Amino acid sequence: MSARPAEAFRATHERSLIAAAAGYGTQVFAVADVELRKLMHDPTEIFTRALQPAIWLLLFGQVMAHVRGLDAGGGNYLDFLVPGILAQSVLFAAIFYGISAIWERDLGILHRYMVSPAPRTALVLGKAVSAAVRGLIQSVIVYLLALLMHVDVSFNPLHLIGVAALIALGSSLFATFSLAIACIVKTRERFMGIGQVLTMPIFFASNAIYPIDIMPDWLRGISLANPLSYQVDALRALMLAGGESKFGLATDFAVLLGVTAVLVLVAARLYPRMTA
Amino acid sequence: MKPRATIVETASLTRRFGTFTAVDAVSFTVFPGEIFGLIGSNGAGKSTLVKMLTTMLPPTSGRAVVAGYDVVRNAANVRAHIGYVPQLLSADGALTGYENLLFAARLYLVPRAEREKRIRTALERMGLAEFADRLVQGYSGGMIRRLEIAQSTIHEPPVLFMDEPTVGLDPAARHVVWAHVRQLQETLGTTIIMTTHLMDEADQMCDRIGLLHSGRLQAVGSPKELKASIGPEATLDDVFASIADTGAGSEGSYRDVRQTRRSIQSHS
Ligand SMILES: Nc1ncnc2c1ncn2[C@@H]1O[C@H](COP(=O)(O)OP(=O)(O)O)[C@@H](O)[C@H]1O
Ligand SMILES: [Mg+2]
Repeated sequence: MSARPAEAFRATHERSLIAAAAGYGTQVFAVADVELRKLMHDPTEIFTRALQPAIWLLLFGQVMAHVRGLDAGGGNYLDFLVPGILAQSVLFAAIFYGISAIWERDLGILHRYMVSPAPRTALVLGKAVSAAVRGLIQSVIVYLLALLMHVDVSFNPLHLIGVAALIALGSSLFATFSLAIACIVKTRERFMGIGQVLTMPIFFASNAIYPIDIMPDWLRGISLANPLSYQVDALRALMLAGGESKFGLATDFAVLLGVTAVLVLVAARLYPRMTA
Repeated sequence: MKPRATIVETASLTRRFGTFTAVDAVSFTVFPGEIFGLIGSNGAGKSTLVKMLTTMLPPTSGRAVVAGYDVVRNAANVRAHIGYVPQLLSADGALTGYENLLFAARLYLVPRAEREKRIRTALERMGLAEFADRLVQGYSGGMIRRLEIAQSTIHEPPVLFMDEPTVGLDPAARHVVWAHVRQLQETLGTTIIMTTHLMDEADQMCDRIGLLHSGRLQAVGSPKELKASIGPEATLDDVFASIADTGAGSEGSYRDVRQTRRSIQSHS
């Protein structure tokens, strides 16, 4: 038995519940902070990631707006598309977390996470929080694009807070999903393959770029099981002036929260397999 | 006489990968304040043994107690009481030295009021104070190793594990690392368990040595004792050769070579 108990040990065993929670928070923050500092050292990624939504809105949006028979619930198609593209750009950024986890494993950096006394859920949540911050930066860019294109964006503070919460949740959800997949496939090559195979259906089999009502039954079924649909649904209600939700905001938030919580637990279970 | 206190103790610790036994019933004891060296050639099972002791890999069978805690049943407490410098890179090149240490200090819950002081002391101890705000990707190999030692000891753990701490360093950088490690052990009384395949490193650094060959612990003793057991003029190389010769397949089959290469690039 060592003479001097370690700080991480004292924090979890000898202090109050409050101190334990504060310690947990510090560890989550430590992981998130590191990711964001890296982004600050090299912010080019923010700009390259801004290109994708711009291309979608400018090219795809303009073309599709002229397709007859695409009933976007009465409004114009660009208004319909913007929340979908916001969700998409956040999804694609979040999916990148799996590759970065494999990268960290290959380098060896992951070992220092795993050998630390931080609970695995704190490590996963830290990654999720940093994904949420990245997602919020992306959102600012998409809002600017939307304004430039005269989309009728709502600036009601409550709506903005709601959108921020949705982006944070959606980013956390898909970043954690990506992390869990990375823990299973373990190599970059396999992840790239699987990543493609998964992101495309998540995006296309959702209500992101066309209304659920025009889908064939089987696709509608998939869309309804897809968390992205609920994120987009709530974004449509909160991002646009006069937008409305199909499933109800409470359902949307409950689905996103529930799925994120399950994924955090799953990823925390799988994460140590990366270094074994 | 009271039995001497131990800080690391293993009993028949074993790890198999499929049918291959990487660590075979290893039992040994480390005393507080010692520098204990695990030596053996590539593929001997050193990293696998260290991974089990640091809770990174569950043992197939056997037991290990580190800093008073069982590595399987009490893994979280073991982690709170050890530092681990893995064989692979563990400092983040995209962060500065200071940021790497800040991250470690937070992860190990060093009290907020003490963080700055600890980080500064660690930087000075490892001779990195003037490079604190530079990105680690610009550091030399020796500086990175010292930073890794600093970040794995920021919580001043009673036990520090280092896996091949000087691999890939030139002799000058190696001596600097040795000096810093010895100083760390003297100022903090840290027990150090290190692996190496360099006999002169083991000879100069370690109070006691465990010789690992094909996953088995073949001999344990101080460098002096081990050498004396062979002959008056013997070196550690001679000790090692005498042990390796008795083991099967010491010449190295294709399987050995393949395993060694794999163990260098993928797992470590
Ligand atoms: N995850 C693993 N799966 C299969 N074999 C492994 C794994 N890790 C290590 N080994 C094998 O176990 C043996 C010991 O490896 P290791 O402990 O890395 O040796 P050392 O560190 O002494 O060079 C090697 O033959 C290696 O190929
Ligand atoms: Mg090794």
